[in-house]
Amino acid sequence: MSKVLMKGNEAVAKAAINAGCRLYFAYPITPQSELIEYMAKMMPTVKGTFLQAESEVAAINMVYGAAGCGKRVMTSSSSPGISLKMEGISYIAGAELPAVIVNVQRGGPGLGDIQPAQADYFQATKGGGHGDYHCIVLAPSSVQEFADMASDAFDLADKYRNPVMILADGMLGQMMEPVEFKAPKTDAEIEELGHQHEDWCICPNQDGDAKHHHEINSLEIDPLVLEKHVNDLYKKYDVIIANEVRYETHKVKDDNEILVVAFGTASRVVRSAVDELNAEGHSIGLIRPITVWPFPYAEIAKAIGPKVKKVYVFELNTGQMLEDVKLAVNGKVPVDFWGKVGGIVFTPAEIKAKLEACF
Amino acid sequence: MEVIATRPQSFTQTPFTYCPGCLHGVAHRLIAEAVDEFGLINKMTGVAPVGCSVFAYKFFNFDMAQAAHGRAPAVATGMKRARPDMHVFTYQGDGDLAAIGTAEIIHAANRGEHISVFFVNNAIYGMTGGQMAPTTLPEMKTTTSPYGRKTDDIGFPIRVCELLSSLVAPYYIERVSLLSPADIIKAKKAVNKAIQYNKEGRGFTFVEFISTCPTNWGIDPIKSREWAKENMLPFFKPGCFRDKGEGVES
Repeated sequence: MSKVLMKGNEAVAKAAINAGCRLYFAYPITPQSELIEYMAKMMPTVKGTFLQAESEVAAINMVYGAAGCGKRVMTSSSSPGISLKMEGISYIAGAELPAVIVNVQRGGPGLGDIQPAQADYFQATKGGGHGDYHCIVLAPSSVQEFADMASDAFDLADKYRNPVMILADGMLGQMMEPVEFKAPKTDAEIEELGHQHEDWCICPNQDGDAKHHHEINSLEIDPLVLEKHVNDLYKKYDVIIANEVRYETHKVKDDNEILVVAFGTASRVVRSAVDELNAEGHSIGLIRPITVWPFPYAEIAKAIGPKVKKVYVFELNTGQMLEDVKLAVNGKVPVDFWGKVGGIVFTPAEIKAKLEACF
Repeated sequence: MEVIATRPQSFTQTPFTYCPGCLHGVAHRLIAEAVDEFGLINKMTGVAPVGCSVFAYKFFNFDMAQAAHGRAPAVATGMKRARPDMHVFTYQGDGDLAAIGTAEIIHAANRGEHISVFFVNNAIYGMTGGQMAPTTLPEMKTTTSPYGRKTDDIGFPIRVCELLSSLVAPYYIERVSLLSPADIIKAKKAVNKAIQYNKEGRGFTFVEFISTCPTNWGIDPIKSREWAKENMLPFFKPGCFRDKGEGVES
């Protein structure tokens, strides 16, 4: 397939439909409006469901209902709306339902602004809602990757019966880049996907089996049963941690003097600065977590070469992933941080100046 | 020997968790009987709320979901859209539906969502121990209105059927009572109508049950029904507010 020039918001929506998503529930919010508008336009053309809910709270609960029926379902929002969805995401995680949530982050706290930010990292990776649970969180750094993550997210959600969040931002949502799409799933493939969970989900009792009784539920009033349920969730999370960590390294070498860690939009800016400094004779490696949960702790530790005197973290927040990087580095070398807030994206020149000051 | 009454097929064998004298069992049974009578057991599904009936997902012998507080109509919307070949209902109390879930019920009704909503109004929060509900009557004492509900401070009870009747889309809206055997027979007709319309794919159907809470009212079950007849029915008048199948428009 040839490449098309598209905004990230539209590309991820198209890719979700290609991946077999036929149910989408959401509420309008900037800067993800193009996503909901694309779905409103395109879902009817594939006989899918587009529903503009009365709130983000209602939208995520519609997702809970549809996911409980074992179908591929997605919602999207931006930071304040994602906060509203957190109750429902906790229920989805507790009831072990497959669902995809896209967060096109903007500046916070509160109503914040509508510019790109990465300030929802804690919310996305450390729970966000109540109780012991995790979402799998994918952080794209280009429109192409944003789109590619749609099918990846649905596959992971189905594989682990777990909510998957794509943690993008206003830059990736609004920016246009050339994108190549995977072939859309056929109707037969989508039909098959729709039956894959029928051993546990809400579905017609085809055989009239008197014992057919599936429950979609996160309530376990008996403490010993809830204890086992949470422990089982964490056994599942251990499998996810062992199998699904994704990251990218760029110019990570044995002679690196500095190792830089950045994700998403921030990593693109940082990469330009790293390339310039390497061209000028320095040796700086970049590691970009692609899954921010599960986080590539061991991979970051491994990327710290023998000559690295500092690990530098850059984020569009006040230092959230920084805490995970410090856990990964575990005191081996100093960890420095610089970030920008307010929805302002730093420039390569600013990053370069910060890194030059290390020499 | 001829069997003239038996447990509906649409019930599991799980014993109810309700207090002695509670009418949830009656409301549950009316729904289970209707599902049996319309032969829907293999295509039926429901949503349990948060409240005394939180365990309803264990009692009905078909697939069930349990929803966050107030969100049952949104969950049911997702279910119906994902499985249009199934028949979906919610079962909700007054705190769940008329307080925390106000937005969800109004918008599900306004969309004409093809679901049935069964709404139990006993003017109090039961499960949490008898707090004031949006349907608590004026001057009624609860644990969070210990001096009686003051209407100049917290307003009047919400009449949900009347509120929903202002919307164009709902197909069927009726308020019934569970306070006497004669009322229960009328309630059964309303439940059957809702399930029949649901089966036929007519649109949004809503049945409100006027009920009691002997435990939290502190009144014995029989006297509770008398109290409700005297105090609740004048404010929450039973009746059919909308029945597009019969040409009834409010």
